[in-house]
Amino acid sequence: MPRPPRSPLAPPVSFVWTRRIALSALGIFTFLPLWVMVSGSLKPLRDVQAAWSWIPTNLTLRPYVDIWSTVPLGHYFVNSLVVSSCSTAISVVIAILAAYAVSRHRFPGRQLFSVTVLSTQMFPGILFLLPLFLIYVNIGTATGVQLDGSWLGLIVTYLTFTLPFSIWMLVGYFDSIPRELDEAAKVDGNGPIGALVRVIVPAALPGIVTVAVYSFMTAWGEVLFASVMTDDSTRTLAVGLRNYASENDVYWNQIMAASLVVSIPVVVAFLLLQRYLVAGLTAGSVK
Amino acid sequence: MADARTPAAHPSRNWARVRRAGLPYLLLLPAVVFELLVHVVPMLTGIYMSFKHLTEFFIRNWSAAPAAGVDNYRFALDFNNAVGKQLLESFWTTCEFTVLTVGLSWLLGTGAAVLMQDPFRGRGLLRTYFLVPYALPAYTAAITWEFMFQRDTGLVNTLLVHDLHLFKTAPFWLIGGNSFWALLITAVWRTWPFAFLVVTAGLQNIPGDLYEAAALDGAGMWRRLRSITLPQLRSVNQVLVLVLFLWNFNDFNTPYTLFGNVPPPQANLISVQIYDTSFQNWNFGSGSAMSVLLLLFLLVVTAVYLLLTNWRRRSSDA
Amino acid sequence: MRVSRPALLTLAVATALLASACSSSGGSGGTGSSGSAAGTTLTYWASDQGGSIAQDVKVLTPELDAFTKQTGIKVKLEVIGWNDLLNRILAAASSGQGPDLVNIGNTWSASLQATGAFLPISDDVMKQINGTGRFLPGALAATGAPGQPPVGVPIYSMAYGLYYNKAMFQAAGITQPPTTWDDFVADGKKLTKAGQWGVSVEGAQTPENAHHAFTFAKQMGGSFYDSSGKPTFDTPQNVAGIKRYVDFMAADKIANPSDAEYSNGTEAVKDFATGKSAMLLWQSADATLAQYGMNPSQYGVAPVPFDAASPSGPNHVDSIVAGINLSIFANTKHKDAAISFMKFMTSQQTQMDLNKAYSSLPSVSDAYGDPAFQTQTVKTLQSVLANSAAPMPAVATESQFETVIGAVVQNLFADAASGKPVTDASIAAQLDQAQQKLQAGG
Repeated sequence: MPRPPRSPLAPPVSFVWTRRIALSALGIFTFLPLWVMVSGSLKPLRDVQAAWSWIPTNLTLRPYVDIWSTVPLGHYFVNSLVVSSCSTAISVVIAILAAYAVSRHRFPGRQLFSVTVLSTQMFPGILFLLPLFLIYVNIGTATGVQLDGSWLGLIVTYLTFTLPFSIWMLVGYFDSIPRELDEAAKVDGNGPIGALVRVIVPAALPGIVTVAVYSFMTAWGEVLFASVMTDDSTRTLAVGLRNYASENDVYWNQIMAASLVVSIPVVVAFLLLQRYLVAGLTAGSVK
Repeated sequence: MADARTPAAHPSRNWARVRRAGLPYLLLLPAVVFELLVHVVPMLTGIYMSFKHLTEFFIRNWSAAPAAGVDNYRFALDFNNAVGKQLLESFWTTCEFTVLTVGLSWLLGTGAAVLMQDPFRGRGLLRTYFLVPYALPAYTAAITWEFMFQRDTGLVNTLLVHDLHLFKTAPFWLIGGNSFWALLITAVWRTWPFAFLVVTAGLQNIPGDLYEAAALDGAGMWRRLRSITLPQLRSVNQVLVLVLFLWNFNDFNTPYTLFGNVPPPQANLISVQIYDTSFQNWNFGSGSAMSVLLLLFLLVVTAVYLLLTNWRRRSSDA
Repeated sequence: MRVSRPALLTLAVATALLASACSSSGGSGGTGSSGSAAGTTLTYWASDQGGSIAQDVKVLTPELDAFTKQTGIKVKLEVIGWNDLLNRILAAASSGQGPDLVNIGNTWSASLQATGAFLPISDDVMKQINGTGRFLPGALAATGAPGQPPVGVPIYSMAYGLYYNKAMFQAAGITQPPTTWDDFVADGKKLTKAGQWGVSVEGAQTPENAHHAFTFAKQMGGSFYDSSGKPTFDTPQNVAGIKRYVDFMAADKIANPSDAEYSNGTEAVKDFATGKSAMLLWQSADATLAQYGMNPSQYGVAPVPFDAASPSGPNHVDSIVAGINLSIFANTKHKDAAISFMKFMTSQQTQMDLNKAYSSLPSVSDAYGDPAFQTQTVKTLQSVLANSAAPMPAVATESQFETVIGAVVQNLFADAASGKPVTDASIAAQLDQAQQKLQAGG
């Protein structure tokens, strides 16, 4: 991605100073909570329960040991990993298929589909939380496929949460891929699906990565549905983390340590793929 | 995927046409099935519930719940009654919260993106750093802020009272009037990097020669911002503002993590209000009616917003 | 496009109707009992009594193993935090899919009874669990609406007491724990000094607030419901009761304003245990205090004071009947096994073991023989439970009542903490709003 070439003139000094001050202020604003997480997680309980001190005086790694036994964090980790990965994988495949249809085909109902899917983004989760739960239970009774309280139910739920955004993003991205590429693939003897797999998907990789990261983050952070639809064995991190608060004491140091540990996978993934994200959004959102 | 390559030699031409016409529907099928299952059908059920007196007496046997007609709606909209009054207040609080969050996030995000448009040393690193709050799961961000806003043990009061001496006695942040600002700060902290990310992406699409031409004409930074950058970002902003609006208006995670079941009245967002009506007061009919009203409101706002912005875009393009 | 839209809608509506129809049919079945209970597996949702879920698992597992050994019935345990318990029960009730047994806060009894989700404990069942006549009458009063068969049996009983720091009392020259609120406030003022407050309260904790509002109002002769079950929130007596409680912070200044933020149900106890406050109004706090390192010899337990010296009649209330009940879901497919589990949980030995571990009071009289229940603390609380504790209103809207009243007190504390006046008028206005909200539920 070429950077926008700027005027040959160097920016005026006043601009440079504005930039320094503004970005420093934002930097500090961003920094404070991150510092609280890191330094708070390294303090003994006594210190986090006293007035806040900027620099930890009694450094300890104890909270990082304790978090695993106070709450079955490892177990929740596995659950979150399974649920988030599966829902992301399925959601991305479904979104690619749907986006391909919308981008490359003109068919009756195309507009209706796009509008309906996008408008589901507006539904307040609370409106369909309980009905969805009941539908899952009924499906379970009728077919024996247990959706409530299982990984599967949560996977199905989460994959739809991100579908609207994913489809919309990918349609934008696919639209930006020249049709000549499809034609060339067809000349080479590929059917429409072959063209999708061999040409469009590789060309749209930044967009697909964006969508995948977004899906994963959404699933990783969802609280409301997880609180009703999981039980002990399928509880995810988002809900499990609340158990530190139902403890006998407010273990702020452990809460901070657990928050950090829980955040690291998504933050690292997000930051590693950040280049793709900017590229994906550039082509996807700007038509 | 192998069957897609089956040579189309022997089947009749009609069959091929049917297949071609059917293909897009086939491709959409999985998406449609899942959307129906998880969004559309439950939502219609929710609408159906909103016309029922669905209280604790009937949660075991929903179909026995007496029909309520529009009672639930009338109740939610009766502003002389405590329920309607509280819903209305919570609606205004949510509007205020959303407008401020979206406005501030947009301003910070756009500001930072524009300031970082030109390369400088450390720009890539700083960009990555700014995205961290958005990458954090929402609940960990809110929990951390909750810790910071504690009256006696939080960073905020250490900073304001102990270090800067702005207050004589430590103020409360999680109860009373300040709770609104606590909520706002938490939401903005998490939201602005998203605006930053999207605007950064949008800026990369602006052709560089526009700026060069403007520079040759002697346009200053400010002029270039107003006459090139902002107009070029219009379509990005159109979507960005809408998405931010919908997210924040429906936000449940942040207030719920920050304040728990009973938020202070000054920071009582509508999603928590509906949650309380449904799950705390066990009135799912009434809660559903409120959700439907919220949905209608969001639909209307979105439609008007899209019409207005599209119309403005078209008229300014012309 | 014209074809697909109505078709889609019809399909969706049909599915929705089907879904609601199906959910209704699920309610009737499930009471059939299996022939032999041995070999079945029961699912049991336990509440968080031990301060942490891991602690609860540790306490309960040996007991459940003993049960399996005795009967051959396996028990799948899930300990659920208080934040989630009621929602999980609701979801289970509405879907018909849930555990076989569940612990509930006894104050929810009447509310959950109204849903019909729980198996009524008929005289017959009571006989099967050897329960007839064994349960403390006070504890049994909080198992459902009067005149209906209870929907659970008490397993852990608790009562509120006044916990006071002996050393601080001595230092302030106080020889006797206060018995009236005037004395309490006077003592509280003596005990309040730099770094130390007279009393600590959990000001943002809904159930705690609701319990106190109820008790204090009772002492003033107030009641939140009339005899026909209609809410009567904003009576002058209720206002006076709530004002008495909130005034600890608002007018008497014997409670730390920071307490208005305390919400997770442990901070006030911790302040007491760590010497930041001299008094605490709490239910069965021994185990928690011990976890904070406070030795039982350091504090005393007295009955919660009254408004006037030893009143009689209906005002003679200084605690709610607090505790945990064990209920059987009406949908259980293992009714017999569930009943034998209930029998096990209320047996003398289990009652001794568990209530010792949780520092609660046994809910059956024959468990008090254990020396652990012969301490002064237990005797005080036991006498409170027997003589001056009143059950929370046994009405279907009780759980909503706790929510709305708890929120009222929380908001009043928030006002008090930030220096806003708390007056009779402001309390009455809030109570009036709360009542309207509650009535909207009906």
